[in-house]
Amino acid sequence: MSGRLSVLAAAWVVARRDFTAILFSRSFFFFLLGPLFPVVIAVLAGSLGSRVDASQERPVLGVAMAGADVQALERARARLAPALDEELPKLVAIRRLAEGEDYDPAQALAPGKAKVAAMLTGSLERPVLTGPGGLIAAWRGPVAMLAAQARSGTVPAYPAVALKPVARSDAAERKGRFATAQGAQTLLFLLTMMLAGMVLSNLVEEKGNKIIEVLAAAVPMDAVFLGKLFAMLGVSLVGIATWAATAGLLWLGGGIAPERLPDPAVGWPLLIGLGVVYFAMAYLLLGSVFLAIGSMATTVREVQTLSMPVTMAQLMVFFFASFAMTQPGSAVEIAAVLVPFSSPFAMLARAAREPALLPHVLALGWQVLWVALLVRGGARLFRSRVMKSGPAGKAKRSGFRLLRRR
Amino acid sequence: MASNLEGPPLAIEAQGLVKRFDGFTAVDGVDLRVPVGAVYGILGPNGAGKTTTLRMLLGIIDPDAGSRRILGAAQPHDVAHAIGYLPEERGLYPAMKATEAIAFLGALRGLPLKEGRRRAHELLERHGLGYAADRQIRQLSKGMAQQVQILGTLVHQPRLVIFDEPFSGLDALNQGKLERMIRGLAETGTTVIFSTHVIAHAERLCDDVAIIAGGKVPFAGPVDAARDRIPQQVRLETGERDGQWRAALPEDARREGPFWNFSLPEGGVEPLLRALIEGDAGILSLSIERAGLHDAFVAIAGEAAARALEVGGEQEIMR
Repeated sequence: MSGRLSVLAAAWVVARRDFTAILFSRSFFFFLLGPLFPVVIAVLAGSLGSRVDASQERPVLGVAMAGADVQALERARARLAPALDEELPKLVAIRRLAEGEDYDPAQALAPGKAKVAAMLTGSLERPVLTGPGGLIAAWRGPVAMLAAQARSGTVPAYPAVALKPVARSDAAERKGRFATAQGAQTLLFLLTMMLAGMVLSNLVEEKGNKIIEVLAAAVPMDAVFLGKLFAMLGVSLVGIATWAATAGLLWLGGGIAPERLPDPAVGWPLLIGLGVVYFAMAYLLLGSVFLAIGSMATTVREVQTLSMPVTMAQLMVFFFASFAMTQPGSAVEIAAVLVPFSSPFAMLARAAREPALLPHVLALGWQVLWVALLVRGGARLFRSRVMKSGPAGKAKRSGFRLLRRR
Repeated sequence: MASNLEGPPLAIEAQGLVKRFDGFTAVDGVDLRVPVGAVYGILGPNGAGKTTTLRMLLGIIDPDAGSRRILGAAQPHDVAHAIGYLPEERGLYPAMKATEAIAFLGALRGLPLKEGRRRAHELLERHGLGYAADRQIRQLSKGMAQQVQILGTLVHQPRLVIFDEPFSGLDALNQGKLERMIRGLAETGTTVIFSTHVIAHAERLCDDVAIIAGGKVPFAGPVDAARDRIPQQVRLETGERDGQWRAALPEDARREGPFWNFSLPEGGVEPLLRALIEGDAGILSLSIERAGLHDAFVAIAGEAAARALEVGGEQEIMR
């Protein structure tokens, strides 16, 4: 004889079936490979970019002045280079002019002529820069300095500046933590966007197979929704763990080492822990809405149609949370924390910036409450809109048709 | 179990169930009383409200008005572990193996998975499907998959089994098997409710029926009581074609070949016989037949509902 199942026990039965069905399907392998494609594209694009950068020569400033002036300029540059090499343009003598000789800088800048980015003509007293507006504006100061040094013939003794690096400064720490917060929030968003959308199509199989009625008769619809959400969350966490382990192995193997972000306010272990918890909350919050929306669809095509507005909605949530992060302590940040969908994003960013833990306990309680409300609401909507009559009432079944009529 | 002071305990007691969809009243004040251990048929044409009624009883949807108690519980999910349900639109996960599918259906009703697998093997063997135990549902024929689902409906040994149009889509052989299965369940004291639009199934299997048409239940009770709604039919053959005895025949008497057919008069058969004999009818044969469930259905639900029922039955045969 069997015994009565609680909602959670029933959800577990549904979740176990879904989890194992997905995990042992062939498509799960491709799911795991999914993030590899953008990584490969990013690596290829990065290496291509660096090659392009490497092939780009540093812009050169051509000089056409009296021979003595050219020499003086070259000496001045050589003297200043140890302190300011990167700031000074590389000089190339195009022409050493005889006395009274004129020179048109446009000659050197014409296509197929000397490979210089700009030309310096005139005299040390009255130098003239000819070239693209942005470049000559940037070189104006360095060229004036070079001309002044060349004219005086001496270079002041530059004192050696002693460097005393400190572990942290308040401003640098704030800036660093902001970067960590931004990174954590973006990662959370990317993972949620990649994974929560899968929930959309989760009930289509049951509706297509007609097994939904068996489920609905046996267990409360809340348990079906909850089970499906947790199964997908479990699958997502398996995926994330696999990707993280792969990234960790690459890191340890010395192949790829990510740039180290500044330490978050709550410390790395706690931030990672909170990241997992907030991912789960963001997933459950968005997933419960997606599941309810998806449950109204009767075909995969309808689900696909829904994907874009759903992605846009996620982007809006992310932008809102990102904007709120730039305004710590403001009403906007409080709103982002209170709006259930943006709350996990806003709170994770906060964990990177503020060490207090109590707000996280409160926020998690708030988010759990909303997950429960959304699951219950979604289940009710499903029962009232989708579970209607038998085959004689099939025409009325599609939630979309119903929505259209109203 | 619902208490029933005037009779046997009830497995299901529903009063005034109403369900509306978009202004259309699918079920309109349905009352049902299903005794424990009964085989109970819900008889009506397609679209009459059978599935909606069953869904309300099972808690899949909530009624807009009225109340229901199922195995004594106001919330059907509270006793889901004691109920088995086979919906009209059957469905299983195609990638699941037959054993796993049965065990999963049991697990949904609170049966531990391990025990479910053990019973699934046993049930499959007993019903001649042992060879398919490790086959995926998608590899089974439609009829076999239906049998697997029926076994999944029963694996947790429910006290109440609800079948929605269980004979739909089954060939004659499997219909017979299912009828035997229903009788077997009844013998173990399990309450069985099934909806059907095929009167013959209800007539062969049911102790009680509810006739449903247009969302209403004009009759619910024992099959015999339904039949008794219309008078017994007399079939008379006489040696004399005409005579004084003709005055003894009631107004609805109609001649069909050598026979006269008419409803048994309220006074019974004895005064009729006396009048026929005294009027020199020369009785060759006289039989009194009880009305069939079909005639009762026509009398109770009306011609239109009966025609819809027949159309549904024909479609079923063509399927």
